Amino acid sequence: MDNLPPMDLMRSEKMSFVQLIIPVESAHRAVSYLGELGLLQFRDLNADKSPFQRMFVNQVKRCAEMSRKLRFFKDQISKAGLLSSVRPVTQPDVELEELEIQLAEHENELIEMNANSEKLRQSYNELLEFKIVLQKAGSFLVSSGTHAVSERELDENVYSNDDYVDTASLLEQEMRPGISGQSGLRFISGIISKSKVLRFERMLFRAMRGNMLFNQAPADEEIMDPISSEMVEKTVFVVFFSGEQAKSKILKICEAFGASFYPVPEDITKQRQITREVSSRLDELEVTLDAGIRHRNKALASIGVHLVKWISMVRREKAVYDTLSMLNFDVTKKCLVGEGWCPIFAKAQLQAALQRATFDSNSQVGIIYHVMDAAESPPTYFRTNKFTNAFQEIVDAYGVARYQESNPSVYTVITFPFLFAVMFGDWGHGICLLLGALVLIARESKLGTQKLGSFMEMLYGGRYVLLLMSLFSIYCGLIYNEFFSVPYHIFGLSAYKCRDTTCSEAKTTGLVKYQDPYAFGVDPSWRGSRSELPFLNSLKMKMSILLGVAQMNMGIILSYFNARFFGSSLDIRYQFVPQIIFLNSLFGYLSLLIIIKWCTGSQADLYHVMIYMFLSPTEDLGENQLFWGQRPLQIILLLLAMIAVPWMLFPKPFILKRLHTERFQGRTYGILATSETDLEVEPDSARHYDEDFNFSEVFVHQMIHSIEFVLGAVSNTASYLRLWALRYDNLVIRLVGLAMFAFATAFILLMMETLSAFLHALRLHWVEFQNKFYHGDGF
Amino acid sequence: MYGFEALTFNVHAGYLEAIVRGHRAGLLTAADYNNLCQCETLDDIKMHLSATEYGPYLQNEPSPLHTTTIVEKCTLKLVEDYKHMLCQATEPLSTFLEYITYGHMIDNVVLIVTGTLHERDVQELLEKCHPLGMFDSIATLAVAQNMRELYRLVLVDTPLAPYFSECITSEDLDDMNIEIMRNTLYKAYLEDFYRFCQKLGGATAEIMSDLLSFEADRRAVNISINSIGTELTRDDRKKLYSNFGLLHPYGHEELAVCEDIDQVRGVMEKYPPYQSIFSKLSYGESQMLDKAFYEEEVKRLCLAFEQQFHYGVFFAYMRLREQEIRNLMWISECVAQNQKSRVHDSVVFIF
Repeated sequence: MDNLPPMDLMRSEKMSFVQLIIPVESAHRAVSYLGELGLLQFRDLNADKSPFQRMFVNQVKRCAEMSRKLRFFKDQISKAGLLSSVRPVTQPDVELEELEIQLAEHENELIEMNANSEKLRQSYNELLEFKIVLQKAGSFLVSSGTHAVSERELDENVYSNDDYVDTASLLEQEMRPGISGQSGLRFISGIISKSKVLRFERMLFRAMRGNMLFNQAPADEEIMDPISSEMVEKTVFVVFFSGEQAKSKILKICEAFGASFYPVPEDITKQRQITREVSSRLDELEVTLDAGIRHRNKALASIGVHLVKWISMVRREKAVYDTLSMLNFDVTKKCLVGEGWCPIFAKAQLQAALQRATFDSNSQVGIIYHVMDAAESPPTYFRTNKFTNAFQEIVDAYGVARYQESNPSVYTVITFPFLFAVMFGDWGHGICLLLGALVLIARESKLGTQKLGSFMEMLYGGRYVLLLMSLFSIYCGLIYNEFFSVPYHIFGLSAYKCRDTTCSEAKTTGLVKYQDPYAFGVDPSWRGSRSELPFLNSLKMKMSILLGVAQMNMGIILSYFNARFFGSSLDIRYQFVPQIIFLNSLFGYLSLLIIIKWCTGSQADLYHVMIYMFLSPTEDLGENQLFWGQRPLQIILLLLAMIAVPWMLFPKPFILKRLHTERFQGRTYGILATSETDLEVEPDSARHYDEDFNFSEVFVHQMIHSIEFVLGAVSNTASYLRLWALRYDNLVIRLVGLAMFAFATAFILLMMETLSAFLHALRLHWVEFQNKFYHGDGF
Repeated sequence: MYGFEALTFNVHAGYLEAIVRGHRAGLLTAADYNNLCQCETLDDIKMHLSATEYGPYLQNEPSPLHTTTIVEKCTLKLVEDYKHMLCQATEPLSTFLEYITYGHMIDNVVLIVTGTLHERDVQELLEKCHPLGMFDSIATLAVAQNMRELYRLVLVDTPLAPYFSECITSEDLDDMNIEIMRNTLYKAYLEDFYRFCQKLGGATAEIMSDLLSFEADRRAVNISINSIGTELTRDDRKKLYSNFGLLHPYGHEELAVCEDIDQVRGVMEKYPPYQSIFSKLSYGESQMLDKAFYEEEVKRLCLAFEQQFHYGVFFAYMRLREQEIRNLMWISECVAQNQKSRVHDSVVFIF
């Protein structure tokens, strides 16, 4: 047993604790090379220092500043609607300092350009607004001129009236005094954003106590808001009022609402003249504005080419400096001291990288690399490839394995898709899944580079899981003989045939077996027969129990290998042995009965056998007897199970206590040779209960574990029945689904079924399988 | 809602309570403050804050930072938290949340009115307003000449309108009047909020009555101290006290006649909860009173989180965040002006 080859996959990599002494001049390079290698985990030696007390805080700050600038560029580029090209640019690596200067230049340039174009934009907006106001407000005034109606008295009614003709006439009559400059009715025209018009009007009305007239017309063009650069709808208004005080009030309100006002001359010819002027200036401005935007876009485009590269570079630099901040300065301030974990196999690679760093930075002193002893438990590191990675992640989602603990993901690679398929089993759906998985795998290299949505990301990450799941589904589907829930005669003819012509319709009775059993899977003749469900249920329930017992046994056996690996004979003797006896004397026996019943075709009632095994073990089994000597065997098994419970409960805490007192005595009288060997035999237990051994705590812990196991054995076995239950459930859903809705529903069903089967398979692995052996408290 | 709030609370407010408790967990701790107090420059503060919930709000600020930017961005975070919660809230929680902002509205109104009185630029004043207390036509406040106009023009549209009924006069606005208006408004607001919480009943009423009573008492003490030596008559002074709280009504009688701060102290020391606050102060001193009150308030606000199924947590969270922003402002000011020895003068540790 001990000379097994090293199990690379079964356990995490062996780690060693290393110390690096790096000369200052090559530190940066060394860390960045190590970062590219990704095989060394630095320990934070400055954890007690706040971030700004660390050594390289200035560099980190500079990187943060640079990434802020880069974010600014990105923002600007996306605002300008340019696509940042992903073209790989063959540009020599720029130094960080150079990049910093370059970025600052670009930023200043951009800010200046933005300020310029903002100024231009503002005056452009003003002119545009002026133009709109001229058009609209002018039309109010003009219409008043053409539709001149006979003069009327000023009265309250007219002012609260919105009728255009009336108001227009009023304007007309009262305009003339306004022109002549006497205090009479005057007006202010301007423009305000559409959302504020109502409130503006109300406020004016209130402030003037109704002594005013408000006219509005929506502007034809939308105006760009310079701050948010969104298009805003605006409304032109004209307010008529009288009095100097009212004017200042209105102006204040205008200001408060952010409305801008423009003078509109009442004289039509003058209006036309101004309009012309404004239009020509608008055209000029538009040209300059366009030129400015083109210029800016060009600058942005030139930045955009490098942007991706720069961003990744700044990020890398920041990571390097963050790592450097975790190192300690030597007393002499000439070199940095770093500590970290690395897998043993990577030693050569690390050393090569360090040498390269020394060489590249022309350092005279090499980097010293030596292995140290560490008190704490090392981190867990698994070497994975793109195939096993997803499975490792399924396990890691539950908890990262303790250092060198046996790794369940190895088994998960097969058992997970298999259990999934037992629930999912339908080769039609399986083919759909397979196609999906194949598409994902075929476009692997393409999809890997681009950003996907969170859902697609998940599918992509689990593409190999999907592949295996679909393959196993096809296999299970063939066994269940279901293609979109419909059986097919693929492997020859059914073993059953009608005795005469009358039975062919109903297919319920009158079938006789006339040839060898159906070659593979379930005979299609079961479909639609009256005994279909009882038969399939019994088959699948029993199968679930067999699978479950097998997987749980596997889990317990793994706990044996764990205990063996960590050299804890205590765990083997007082945990593994009673556990396996307990499980197998009850549920292992049930499995045995199931197999015997399948093989012999016996009519025995297994429920009855199992129940009466507990209730009255000595009673005669009668017709339920499956094999000779079943009764004594049952009694023995029952006794074994009953013995196993106290066996796993009591001895371990007492032995631990004895060991502890021995060690304690050993310490007071000086270390004895025997206690030393004891230590080596039980390093695990010794380490754990080293400092303060609290017997009651250990005992309660053990009690909880034992009870959990005993109850768990029952409930977990029952839990595996979900394999059958879900299968049955799917069948019903699918029958209904296919009958009622066609393709779309089937697709949704497919998705939902996949998800639910996936989740249940996940649970079976995390809870029922892994609780037997997996600690999952590593990092 | 009496009695069964635990049964139905989570249907409407469970999500938001979870959110607000999550936000509370993001408040800076004493360790954070210790680190912040050691900062040398504002950049250091920014760097430290980048590891907290303020990080995303500060990360895009270019490097020469100002205290105002830090405070502004931190307030922005509070406002966004608040807006998110308000969007998700249903009645009566949404009304409760809106009540929280009325205090800021009163302050903003007073700020603008005082500012226009001293002929400041409206835009400049608007920038100084607390964003939680903004309402649509706030800028128009500048137009008003007296209280009646103020009410008729602007405030009639705002939730503050009912509170204004007591202070509509045609008097011209001056500093004294404005201050009285502020306190009258505040009194009406606190009373209304108190009534609203009592109507909600259950744990909300219980906890909020404690918090609001404290607020009312604190205001009463501040009014008494600030009005010493002014022309405010005793009756007028008494009118500004809220009609609830621990000091109501006998404490108010006594506070109204106080002539100097030691008399105020004498009154307050009769009330056990306030005894400890005043016992920390030496005689004749009112400088540290604010801090002592803030500390007491923070303690009470933190206690609000000890109970579940009530709205007090929202109030408490908003207040704690505001206190935290005040702390940050003080620390950054101290750092910016190289007065690090005074950093602990006004920082109130929350946890």
